[in-house]
Amino acid sequence: MSNPLLTYERRRYGMDHDRYDWSMLQDRPPVHWPGDKPLALWINVSVQHFPLSGPKPNVAPPGALTMPYPDLRHYTLRDYGNRVGIYRVLAALEHVDAVFSLAVSGQLAQRYPALMERLAGVGGEWLGHGWNMNAMHAGDVPEDQERQWIEQTLAALAKASPQPISGWFSPGRLQTPRTPELLAELGLGYHCDWVNDELPYAFSTAHGSLTCLPSCLELDDVFVLTQNLHSEDSYCQQVIDAADLLIEEATRLQSGRLLSLNLHPWLLGQPHRVRTLRELLDALLVRRGDAIWNAQPSDIITAARAA
Amino acid sequence: MAKTELDLYSYWSWEGRPKITWPGDAKLAFWVAPNIEFYELDPPENPFRKPWPHPYPPVPGYSIRDYGNRVGHHRQMALLDKYGIRGSISLSAALCEHHPEIVSLCAERDWEFFSHGVYNTRYTYGLSEDEERAMIEDAMATIEGAVGKRPAGYLAPALSHSDHTIDLFAEAGGIYTCDLFHDDQPTPVSTRSGKRFVSIPYSLELNDTIAYVVQRMEPRRYGEIIRRAFDELLAEGSEKGTVMCIPTHNYQVSCPHRLRAFEEALEYITGHSDVWVTTGREIADFYLEHCYDDALAAMGAAP
Repeated sequence: MSNPLLTYERRRYGMDHDRYDWSMLQDRPPVHWPGDKPLALWINVSVQHFPLSGPKPNVAPPGALTMPYPDLRHYTLRDYGNRVGIYRVLAALEHVDAVFSLAVSGQLAQRYPALMERLAGVGGEWLGHGWNMNAMHAGDVPEDQERQWIEQTLAALAKASPQPISGWFSPGRLQTPRTPELLAELGLGYHCDWVNDELPYAFSTAHGSLTCLPSCLELDDVFVLTQNLHSEDSYCQQVIDAADLLIEEATRLQSGRLLSLNLHPWLLGQPHRVRTLRELLDALLVRRGDAIWNAQPSDIITAARAA
Repeated sequence: MAKTELDLYSYWSWEGRPKITWPGDAKLAFWVAPNIEFYELDPPENPFRKPWPHPYPPVPGYSIRDYGNRVGHHRQMALLDKYGIRGSISLSAALCEHHPEIVSLCAERDWEFFSHGVYNTRYTYGLSEDEERAMIEDAMATIEGAVGKRPAGYLAPALSHSDHTIDLFAEAGGIYTCDLFHDDQPTPVSTRSGKRFVSIPYSLELNDTIAYVVQRMEPRRYGEIIRRAFDELLAEGSEKGTVMCIPTHNYQVSCPHRLRAFEEALEYITGHSDVWVTTGREIADFYLEHCYDDALAAMGAAP
């Protein structure tokens, strides 16, 4: 039968593409985190610029402006995150000596040098987070355009970040068919966009291998609070339930697990939400501190690779 | 031409039916149906339904489903083991080829495999009757080849149907469908071949994807609606015999932030002694042998 709807070209063992190999988490060699802690915790803070105007992206980013120009309500609410919210979030993280990374919009690094100076002092690893939140790596973006976004971002971050940039976190965790190739070609080592696993794994490109360090979408604050419309208390409960399950499983199977949290200052930095962040950090880093290795993404990748 | 009436079953009121008594004098037959699916990264375009909301590559949708197979499956399986529940798997047949490890793990546990088409990115829409027959047979033969037993049940891939779907499945040797949501008991279904064929309740309302993606529930609320449904169906079950199904997905209920809430619900349900914890096929077999004829007679006598 020649109907393309009944033709299966990639019906075979493993995946139906060549980006990575098929394997089940529970079948892999055990992972051991430093100090034999059962759970690694990767906290990332996404520091984002949403442009006031300009062409609409192929896919709207999470938190997009939605009103006719000038969309003052959304523009300023997102800008609030970079003026006010970020400082509350930093205070909460610093209060418990949390280790965290920063995914930063390239254009923001150019716009707000004072903020960049403050961020350079926190000691965290920086990840490229796209040029801005309208620079969505999705669909038929021309290759030159996409390459330019990545190059501009890396150049802007290189000036502001205390360390060289090796990680990439695409806005909205989206990619075009060639994003991985461009990331490898431009010297990056890992991306966070394919959330198909809990541990880092090897990701193939035509320009050599990258690592994918999946950043959990299901526990992303924007996803839980603004898309699912769950309460702050439920968000906190969900993160704690996840941590407890992963600690129990890691202890039982004698193999480390990873919990990744992605935080947005324009959301969690609101006065009615930041208390939730403090409760969450207390539950994880203070009350479960003996079971948790709170680390930078590159250190997590290195430790996982040793397995 | 679209029909104006569905001719698979006739109206039959919930009041006044003959009582079903499940094995062991149980009031409620309880089954869990994990969907184990394969979604393709780049499926052919179907003129009637778009498989993915994002342009190629559909990273968010594809990755979370892959996560279910890579990570979630083991967690759900361990939980069902803990509560003595054998899953009734709604299986994308091509997964037997892509991920035979998962199929083996379930087969070792004597779980049931029923057909959920070839891929969950291949719909019934746009197929001729012969093509749909070939797709149904492909899925049946693939699963039978992998596990040594021909599937008894069908949930059409991604719930995509034609006017012939249930007729064709009965002709392919199936005995039950999960595609009808009209009742809380099994009911006879009339197909063109006249074979003895039933609908087994498979709840969309308690389906984790409907709860988490469509209704966007908080995990503990999902656990709560499961317990409420159970309490009601168990109470009614003492008079009429009822069925409760929880359809799950290894990329929804098995996520680490949701599994605890699901566990609390399973703990509650399996803590009752008057519940028959079973599979879709066992419910269909029992019903066809002990209840089907009575039901037909009662429906014929009903006003």
